[in-house]
Amino acid sequence: MKRLWAGALAIGALTGACSRDSSILHPAGATAERLAGLWWLMLWLGAAVWVLVIAVLVRAAAAPRPNGDAAAGGGGRGLVIGGGILLPVVVLVPLVFVVFQVAEDLSPRPTGDDIRIEVVGQQYWWEVRYSGTDAVDANEVHVPIGRPVVLELSSTDVIHSFWVPQLAGKQDVFPGDQRNLTLEASEPGRYEGQCAEFCGISHSRMRLRVIAQSPEDFDAWAADQLREQPAPAAGATGDVAEGAALFQSRGCGGCHTVAGYTEGEIGPNLTHLYDRATFAGSIFELNSRNLRRWLRDPQAEKPGNKMELPVQLTEDEITKLIAYLETLK
Amino acid sequence: MRRPRATTGALSWFTTIDHKRIGILYGVTAFAFFVIGGIEALLLRLQLARPNGTVLSAEAYNQLFTMHGTTMIFLVIMPLSAAFANYLMPIMLGARDVAFPRLNAFSYWAFLLGGLFLYSSFFLGGAPNGGWFGYAPNTSITFSPGHNIDFWVFGLQILGIASTTGAVNLVVTALNMRAPGMSLLRMPVFVWMSLIAQFLVLFAMPVITVALFLLMFDRLFLTNFFNPAMGGDPILWQHLFWIFGHPEVYILILPAMGVVSEILPVFSRKPLFGYPVMVFSGIAIGFMGWGVWVHHMFAVGLGPVAISAFSVSTMFIAVPTGVKIFNWIGTIWGGSLKMSTPMLYAMGFIAMFTIGGLSGVTHAVSPHDRQQTDTYYVVAHFHYVLFGGALFGLIGGFYYWWPKVFGYHLSEKLGKWQFWLWFLGFNVTFGPMHILGLQGMPRRIDTYPANYGFDFWNLVATIGSFVIAFSVLLFIINVVRSKRVGERAVGDPWDGRTLEWATTSPPPEYNFGEVPVVHSVDDWWHRKYGEDEEGRPVRLEDAPGQPQPDPPEVARAVHLPSPSYFPLVAAFGLPVIAYGMTYRAWAVAVIGAVITISGIYAWGIEPSTEPGGHDDEGAELPGPDEGEGGDGVSEDGGPQQMVPAGVAPLEEAAPESASAQAREEEDK
Repeated sequence: MKRLWAGALAIGALTGACSRDSSILHPAGATAERLAGLWWLMLWLGAAVWVLVIAVLVRAAAAPRPNGDAAAGGGGRGLVIGGGILLPVVVLVPLVFVVFQVAEDLSPRPTGDDIRIEVVGQQYWWEVRYSGTDAVDANEVHVPIGRPVVLELSSTDVIHSFWVPQLAGKQDVFPGDQRNLTLEASEPGRYEGQCAEFCGISHSRMRLRVIAQSPEDFDAWAADQLREQPAPAAGATGDVAEGAALFQSRGCGGCHTVAGYTEGEIGPNLTHLYDRATFAGSIFELNSRNLRRWLRDPQAEKPGNKMELPVQLTEDEITKLIAYLETLK
Repeated sequence: MRRPRATTGALSWFTTIDHKRIGILYGVTAFAFFVIGGIEALLLRLQLARPNGTVLSAEAYNQLFTMHGTTMIFLVIMPLSAAFANYLMPIMLGARDVAFPRLNAFSYWAFLLGGLFLYSSFFLGGAPNGGWFGYAPNTSITFSPGHNIDFWVFGLQILGIASTTGAVNLVVTALNMRAPGMSLLRMPVFVWMSLIAQFLVLFAMPVITVALFLLMFDRLFLTNFFNPAMGGDPILWQHLFWIFGHPEVYILILPAMGVVSEILPVFSRKPLFGYPVMVFSGIAIGFMGWGVWVHHMFAVGLGPVAISAFSVSTMFIAVPTGVKIFNWIGTIWGGSLKMSTPMLYAMGFIAMFTIGGLSGVTHAVSPHDRQQTDTYYVVAHFHYVLFGGALFGLIGGFYYWWPKVFGYHLSEKLGKWQFWLWFLGFNVTFGPMHILGLQGMPRRIDTYPANYGFDFWNLVATIGSFVIAFSVLLFIINVVRSKRVGERAVGDPWDGRTLEWATTSPPPEYNFGEVPVVHSVDDWWHRKYGEDEEGRPVRLEDAPGQPQPDPPEVARAVHLPSPSYFPLVAAFGLPVIAYGMTYRAWAVAVIGAVITISGIYAWGIEPSTEPGGHDDEGAELPGPDEGEGGDGVSEDGGPQQMVPAGVAPLEEAAPESASAQAREEEDK
């Protein structure tokens, strides 16, 4: 048992030693709260029915027999009509009304001046674009608390599903189509999410986060996102400058956009990479150790993802690239 | 090539058309696939025992979970149900075989060859890896460029042919081959549930066939049914799949419910409570099962009207199901219970299936299903209904009918140990999965990170899965050991109620020397027992004793259909077509089609019974002009029962008993 914990802690060090919560029973948003309440109702109802069935079953099995063979009793008719017809109807009819009621006041109503965020699922990460701005992020969705945020969800390849359990139920996303999901977080915090529709080999490695902030913090963050990165000065030396050059020469810029420097359509926008807490579909904490692992062999870390290095990077090249990436804030 | 004549010996198994042998073939093959599917599950559980597992690569995991689901559904539960239906339905109906014996053999061979084709993929580049549900566009040629999905598509098509032909056979058998006096509402409930399930197969398999054809066209011929970029729609796949998929789950559960309905009365020494309600609730489930499929798609975003409608319909299908639970309890209530192993399984079914049914009701609450769907909560639900329900019922059926089929009993002592380990292992494995789902663990993930709180219950579930494996091992030990030292079985060891217990254990090839005349539900019971004033059973003076073997002239007087090569030949062409299509080797596919068509043609022109019959010793048999019933009218003036050609009911050998004569008077 000790070794299990040690192992878990070691892995925790790689992925973030703080424990994370994705329980639907720990709601942090309006929708999820309503659903959690519904769960407890269903649990108690279901448990009561099951206990009743087992009690009757045990009673039936344990009842003493008058003698030898038993009569084909007619008293069971009440049991069947009561248990088999009345009980389900009595339980289900109110449940139907509860369903309509909950579905009715489930989604926070968009108000017209909502924040709209496009979230595009793809194998195996989430692109996040803040409508009406040029801000583009990956895998982390910043929202202000206490306001409905409309997520405009779609996919570029196969069906994925956007799910942040502590905030709301999940919404499948489709290529060539759009589905909306309205979220409202009640408290600041980081809420874990993941792709919840099998989407290929690395489905398990397509996570995300919603970061709910106070309105002031959100505005500050948003303003920061709109800054471009200065292009590296020509002829500059040092790891950062050499890293920036490698970013072009090794082909990174062909897939990854750094606003004001490179334009790439395939991979996540890296303009403000180091403002994020995680990367690679939120499966890694963002730090130099994890970045090194990733840059050595992205396919080993996330099989089937679209980052295939044309040529293996040397350790020295990785050091320089990381030095450059660390400036992308 | 001469028509095969032998009905004994190893090679005769390849040409048999005897429903009992075909039932045994189905049962053995399905059990072998169960062990394979179980090993797949153990590998999955080993990978998930710890966070960031390294037992399996992501690709291996995805192949194994796809094959685990596909195997358990199509290669275990469906054929296991077919094993029981094949063996028991004709006997329970008082018939000598199914309506189309060679078609029966064909269905089995197609099943075996389809399963082998599917599994050959492991050795030919990789097994299917798109999930048992194969959602587009992930399964398209763009996103699944290898042959994995082709094996899935063509394997399922072969299995679909096996199932559909089997359904035709069993439906016609139940409707047309009942013994005189056996009206529909005197059939055993097992026959009813199997009949309803086979109707569902007949109508549901074509839907998935269509879906698979469309996927095949997209993959092989670059059509765009499911490609949104060219005007197709991946949601079309989901609709087609689930319109099949939901009736499919009732196909999986109804036969096991039928088994439970047979076991409980015998081990309570009471008739099944509410026979008509059991029949009509089964029919209701069969119909209502077509109207709930969108509950698999609550997260798709189909709009509030569709979601509400299917939410309501899904909740209400709980009503006919719930009625059955209480009818079973009503059967046990006041009974004189014998807690043998079959009874333990039947009662376990009631307790475990109820849990699965209740979690199913929670899925029906569509807003909450947006949290539950695609998580381990759903994995828990369907394992409670399919393992805790269907498998509990079917394994109970093994223990119950084993003596009849094989002529010896499985050990009761080992059976009870095996049951309790199975029960314990099952709950320890799948109970915690409810919690994991609520904790937010999605399905179909090859690993999970540490620190999410998933670690503990995943480890518990893995331990449980090995307890299940150990109990399955105990079952195998029980079978092997009992074959050597098991108590020999008489014809009616359980004091049964239905007609299979009126034969020896095992029954003769022709089932009944004399076609029985049926007077009521549970006819065999009523030949043994009358009732006193308080309705308690009282053994009749002239009750028949244990069934005895018929004298040899009976076997020689009964004409049965002859064995044939052609079902196997016709079935053999199917995987050849499938390999040809998978590898785009059209010539091979054509050769396969030629084999199948030739096989069917040859089968069509051979008579069902060779003149001179199939008796091994070449004894003299009456030719077609002799014996009775040539004019379609039977001895007592009633309509002749349809039985295979050449059957001549025996002249009365023994004087009629007084009670039997009295019943005949009542009948007239």
